[in-house]
Formats: sequence, structure tokens, C-alpha cells
Amino acid sequence: MEAIQTEVLVIGGGATGLGVVRDAALRGYDTVLLERVDLGQGTTGRFHGLLHSGGRYVTRDVEAGKECALERDVLSRIVPDAIEETGGFFVTTPVDDPDYADAFARGCVDAGVWVDEIEPALAIAEEPRLNPRISRAFRVKDGAVDAWKLLWANARSAQQHGARILTYHWVTSILREDDAVTGVIARNDLTGEEVRIDAAFTINASGAWAGEIATMAGADGVTVVPGKGIMIAMNHRLVNTVINRCDPPGDGDILVPVRTVSVIGTTDTEARNPDELEITHDEVQRMLDAGEVLVPGFRNTRALHVWAGARPLFKDERADQSLDTRHMSRGMALVDHERRDGLRRFLTITGGKFTTYRLMAEVVVNAMCEQLGDDRPCTTATTPMPVSAEDGATRVGARLARRERNLHDEKVVCECELVTRGLMVQEIDRKPLGNLDDLRRVLRLGMGPCQGGYCAHRATALVHERTDISAGRAHELLHRFYEYRWLGLKPILYGDQVRQAVLDEWIINGTLDLEHLPREVSR
Amino acid sequence: MSQSIRDSLDHCVKCTICETQCPVAAVTPLFPGPKYVGPQAERYRDASREGSPDDSLDYCSGCGTCTLVCPQGVKVAEINAQARAVMKAQKGVPFRDKLISRTVVGGRLSVATSPLYNWGIGVGALRWAAERTVGIHRRAPMPHAARTTFRTWVWRRNLTRRRVRSTHRVVYFHGCAANYYETELARRTVAVLEHQGIEVIIPRQECCGLPMQSNGLLDEARASVRRLAAQLAPYAREGLDIVSTSTSCSLMLKREAREILELEDDPDLRALAPRMFDICEYLVGLYEQGKLQTQMQPVPLTVPYHPPCQLRAHNIGTPAHRLFELIPELRVIDPNVTCCGVAGTYGLKAEKYDIAMAVGAPLFAQVDGSELACCDSETCRWQINSATGVETVHPIELLYRAYGLE
Repeated sequence: MEAIQTEVLVIGGGATGLGVVRDAALRGYDTVLLERVDLGQGTTGRFHGLLHSGGRYVTRDVEAGKECALERDVLSRIVPDAIEETGGFFVTTPVDDPDYADAFARGCVDAGVWVDEIEPALAIAEEPRLNPRISRAFRVKDGAVDAWKLLWANARSAQQHGARILTYHWVTSILREDDAVTGVIARNDLTGEEVRIDAAFTINASGAWAGEIATMAGADGVTVVPGKGIMIAMNHRLVNTVINRCDPPGDGDILVPVRTVSVIGTTDTEARNPDELEITHDEVQRMLDAGEVLVPGFRNTRALHVWAGARPLFKDERADQSLDTRHMSRGMALVDHERRDGLRRFLTITGGKFTTYRLMAEVVVNAMCEQLGDDRPCTTATTPMPVSAEDGATRVGARLARRERNLHDEKVVCECELVTRGLMVQEIDRKPLGNLDDLRRVLRLGMGPCQGGYCAHRATALVHERTDISAGRAHELLHRFYEYRWLGLKPILYGDQVRQAVLDEWIINGTLDLEHLPREVSR
Repeated sequence: MSQSIRDSLDHCVKCTICETQCPVAAVTPLFPGPKYVGPQAERYRDASREGSPDDSLDYCSGCGTCTLVCPQGVKVAEINAQARAVMKAQKGVPFRDKLISRTVVGGRLSVATSPLYNWGIGVGALRWAAERTVGIHRRAPMPHAARTTFRTWVWRRNLTRRRVRSTHRVVYFHGCAANYYETELARRTVAVLEHQGIEVIIPRQECCGLPMQSNGLLDEARASVRRLAAQLAPYAREGLDIVSTSTSCSLMLKREAREILELEDDPDLRALAPRMFDICEYLVGLYEQGKLQTQMQPVPLTVPYHPPCQLRAHNIGTPAHRLFELIPELRVIDPNVTCCGVAGTYGLKAEKYDIAMAVGAPLFAQVDGSELACCDSETCRWQINSATGVETVHPIELLYRAYGLE
């Protein structure tokens, strides 16, 4: 069994885990991160892409509003190329509580969230598709985030400081010596080999799965309830500004323009298992209705894909047992297992929200330093992250501009998202054992209107060309990719997307007969 | 972008039929194809904030074939026309494009100086200089100017009062080309209509704005087409039909001005559209009602007839074919080519001339050596004539001969 020694082991490759590993690496610790699948395959890759101004929280949780306001500026500074500064509006629609707007404005002032009330007519002039019957409008500093791009920037930044990031590594057991956690055994799912990691300190940053990991370490009763939220990506930028309902937080009250789509979200219902989030017809209808309130005609536009994410909602069954409650009010939970369970060298950080992931990392790494007696200050807020190699800034036109420059030199693999052969080859060579979904998260492969109908087989052929996988394995890659895409298509099949799905089906099974091609199923 | 065009983008299933039919993409890599610049690229355009990133869009000739062939109803050409206008508004419209889109000014000047102008367009050195300075290709087709305008003829005709009076009245929308260059076609159209016993009303008329529209000057195009609509709408409201010998200009009034120029609510255009007819479409209508004179003399010719892309965009089929069937001994060949390449003013431009010629090459090969060729659209006739040397006429000219009106 391969053995790795490290100072700090981080479990979980979402925003929090990557924030933690980067934070610890920047403070000079030797670090390893384990992720059971690919980076951002959990909750981080399944949110609506909103970089909160803080406005959403100001009436309920001033602290959370304050943190968002500060953190969104920090992220803008340290990873500008993953963020599009779209700006945002809070608008009072005819169905919203008209009194909320004043409470909202006061809350923003209290929380230090930048806000500027504007004439509704001006908001409509800037966003012509917006409901013309809005009665109030506030400008805020919302933005749109390409979550995967931000994650990879984090990962590269951590790697530059020595971090080892191991994806497709399942933690199978947690090693203990008496009352201290000393590392883990993990299984590399791509090779099937086991690896032992000995660590001086372990941080559990596995989000909605944090309860499972804590239990594995012997800390019972850490309950993280998966709060399911669904989101639908609509074709095109229906708006170029983030639109929020100026109303107490509710279903489908946010519309975020991200890259080439507009994402409407979200819902909040308790789920049992973060790995099995069912999307119901009723939830989809609620989202579309909510979209109609913000943008009349919303239902007539084309829904491309629906997905669900699991918010980690922390509920400690032993709440009286002296966990660090300083941060509980802000949605993030730092569980000090030494005080709670008498378990040393082990901390859990969960809850929270994407916009404040860097702060969460700072909080947990501070707590670790305190326990280790190290005085190493956090530098993540002032250290810029490496610029992504892909296409510079996250702007809607970036890929089209890039494509215009290489129009005659490069072939396009994914036509909707303008993924060129060059980008594909670069990514395949970097991760030869990856699947098409891994490529999708980095490149947006298959995320456009045709949902992979025209590009997935081309991408498969390229993987087959660049790596030494068998034909059977290539078929399996393609099959699995369509299966995943289908999960997000089936619940939103109406209008234009039905016709696309039928045509895609003809291509996949009529022309390629994928169902009957021999598939070599890997581990 | 107008909402109906914008919404049609969502219907694209990427089937690629438009790309296989696009005559421009087939001959040059400079144009990435209608699916690419239309429904795909539009997802990336936020011109108000970021500007238009894709200059290759300008290589769309605007022939409209993509919209015509799209089985899902995506208005690809219209999307491209609007996106191009946004791009031009940001990057500036070249002087050349402003010049060639001012058909009224250009027409008046060329008629006023017609001996000089007609000499000049045939002088290689001058054309070379025009290509170098302005960017109009030295071999691009240029029509000869008439000595006097068609309007002058109308004015004289009204003085002499020698015209048919009837209860069956139609309005003739001749457009700029027939006024300044092909005045004979305009006069013969009047003669063919009067031969049916129809009274022809020829009101004053402005440019329909199409050349400005296709060169990205949307505001100017709007102003012009609204003036024209105001001139013609009263007749439409009175219940009179309007006929035109210019396919692209009548398409403007039928739908393009409302769609591409976003004048959906203009009351004059709304009144006009249902009464606007292509001349052959109108004559076929008469024929179907038994009102068309069918007494014709033989025209013993074999004529390649090219229904231009702009006519196809009318969605009326090719009515001229029905009329040709009535003419004894006339044999018509359909070259079955999508586009002659010129697409209005596209083929005049120095950087696009070669593309336009390549697009039209299969057509020219079939026209070559003919005694006479036929096409509904003026710029296409000039292109075919310039490329092959074969005299190319409007279908009305064949009817005119068949009726023995010569």
C-alpha cells in the first residue's frame, strides 16, 4: 500500500475543502486533499453561480450579510477571472410584500452592504425583459461565478504551495491512535489501489457528507441535513444582471446570468441522502412560475438542464456539548472535536455558503493553528490566485472572441459552448483517466442547448485517440455521460428541449446504436 | 433584438441543415456558417457591455437561405442582420457601405451625369481607382444609368393622359433600380398590367431602406422605409393591391422591415404588408381567377431562369414558372442554384467580390452561352450579366414579348 506523510489532511474537494487546503498551504503546511470523485462534483458544482452581495441575508442575519459583502470583494480581488461583475438588482414585483423594501434598505445599511435605490424605469431600461410592473429597484454588487473555474484556481494556488490534491480517492477508514486522529486509508477509484495517509492534523470539510466522515472518525451525532435546492439553466442570458426578488427569501427568487445561460433558483427541502436528490415535477413548475414573475414569458424560453444541490445544514444532536458556536449564527459550523468528543487533531467545518468559503477556511485553519500552538497568519485574502489557462475572464463573450481568433486553425468539438479541440486535448492530457463529466466541469463540454448530443461522441473519440483506453471503455464513457445528462433533462422536457432530446436520441441510439455497443464497465 | 426573432433562437436543434445549404459557407472559410453566427454565437453576444467579438459575421451575405431551409423556424438570417447592425454601430460603417446604400442619391447622380457615368463604369483605370480608394471591386457589376428617370416618364405620361382607366386599379412600386437604371422594365411592367385592362397608379416613392439595412444603417433604413410606407399605405387602406418588380424591396414591405428593423407596430407597414405582391405572384393570382390575358405569341427561346434567393424568401414558390408555361415555345431551364452571390451590395465589395463570384459560379456555368437569361431580382441580373455576358431580363420582359407589345 502506498503511504503518504503530510502535516494537514483535508477531506472534501468542494469550495470549503479547497479553501482550507489553500489556506493551510499558504501558511506553509505540507498538505494533502482527498476528494471522493472530482473537484466540485458535490454541492459547489450544483449551485446557481451567484456571488452574493450580502443583500439576500440582511433582514435575517446581519452578520451573514456583512461577511458576504466583505468576501465578495475579496474574491473579486484574488480570483477576478472566475467572476463576472454583473451587478444585481433587488426588485419588488407585484406579488412581493411592498413593506419589505424599506426593511431591506435599512438592513443593507446596518450590514454595510452596498446598495443604491434606483428608478424602476432605469432597471427596466437596463434589463428590458424584467417584469415591467416592478415598483422598487435597488442596485447591489452581486456577481456571477464560474464555480469550477474558481475551484481549479484554488487548487492550482494550493498546488503552487506544495499541496497534493488527490481526486477519486474515497476515504474508507479513519486512523486513530488513542484519542487522536492520525490519518486515513483511502481507495484510489481510478486504479483500485489503496493508499494510507498519515497526517498530523485532519480537517473534515466534506460539506453535506461531513456527518459520515465524523462518524467514521468516531464522533457520533454530528448531523448534517442535506437541504435540497433545485436550479434550472435557461438558454441565453435572459438578463445580464443578477435579479433578486425584494421579498423574504423564498423559492426561485434569484435569476443569475452565468456564462451563456440564466439560472433560476432555488428551493429548500430536507433530503435524506445528499447522493440521491430527486427532482420533482412540482419543484420544476414552481421554478418556472417564479421565473415568470421576474421575466414575463419565462416559460416560453428554453430550459436546458435542471440539477439539485445539497446545502449542508448543520444540526448537532449534542448541541450542549461545547462546540464552537461563534460561527453558528452565520450558517457555518466549526466543530471542535477535542472539546465535543475528546478527539484530538480533528476539526469539522461545514454549513456556510459559497460566497464565504474563504472565510470558513480561515476560521477552521485558525482553530487548527490554535490547537497546534502555531502562529501562522492567514494570507488567503491578499494572495491572488493563478489565472486560468482557459480563456481569461469569465465574460459571456470570452469564448466567442477566442474562437474568432482561432477560427481557421482549430476545430470545435462542442459547438454550443465553443470548446475547441485544443482545449480538449490539453485537458485530456492533463487527466488521462478522467471521464467526460470531468472534462465537462472544466470546459463546459455538453452544457449548451444540445446537451452533448453533438459533442459527446466527438469528445469520446478524442479521449480514445489521446489515451490508451479500449473501445469498450470509450463506449462506457459515452454511455455514462449521456446517462448523467439525461438525469438533468428528463424533469424539464417541455417545448424546444423535447425536440432536441428526440433528435439527440436518434443520433445516440438511431445512428450510433450506443445501447448495443459493447461496454467495458470500469470499477 | 426583436423578441420574435430572439425567441426563435431557442428552436435551434443544431441539425446543421442551414450550414449545408449556405451558399457562402460552401465557398469560403471566412464565413463560419449560419448556425455558428446565428443561434450559437448569439448566446455569447452582450454587445451593450462587451461589444461584438465576431467580425466574421460580416461575411454573411444576407441571402436568407438559412431562414428558408430551417425546419424549426429559426430566423437565422434576421438574427445575423441585426447582429451585424449592432457590430457596425459599434465599429463604424465604412464610407463605401454608406455610399452604396444611398440608392436615391446615387441614382439621381448617375442619371444626371449618365453619359459620363456610363462611360466611367467601363473604364478600367477609373474602376481600379475606385477599388483602391472606396473598396468597390473593379469588376463588380454596375448597371448603366438611364438618360431620364422612370419618374420623368410617369410625369410625361400623366401630362398626355394616355393611360388606361379602369375600376381594376393597382399601385406599382417600382423601387430605385427601375427608376434610375432599368426604366424599360418599369415601362414594360406598366404595359403588361395595362394589357390586362388594369389601371396602374404610380405614386412617388422613397427607397425601401434595404441597402441601408443590409449595410448596418438601421436608423437610416427605418426612416426611409417609413417614408415609403407613408406614401403607399393610403392606397392599401383604400383596398388597392401594390405590385413590385423588385423582389428584395417588396420583401422589405412584406415582412423584413417589421422583423429586422423592429417596426412590427408601424401602422403603415401593417396596412401595406397583406396588399404587397411580387408582380409574378400577382399575375398568377389573376390567372387563377381567369383574369389574365392568355393570348400569346411564341417566344422560341431556351432560357435559364434563376429564381433569386430573395424571391424564395417570399414563400410564394416561383410564380414566374407558372407564367412561362403559358408562353408558347418558350423552354425554361432551372439551374437549381441557391444564389448568384451578389446578394444586393455584398458582391460589389472588394473583399467579398471573389466570394460572390464563387457562390454564383455553378449558375454562371449553366447560363454561359445562352441567348438570354431570366431572373426576378435586379442586382442578380446585373451579376449574371456581368459574369457571363448574357443579357438577363426580368420575367415580365418575356411576357411583354409574348403579348407582342414590342
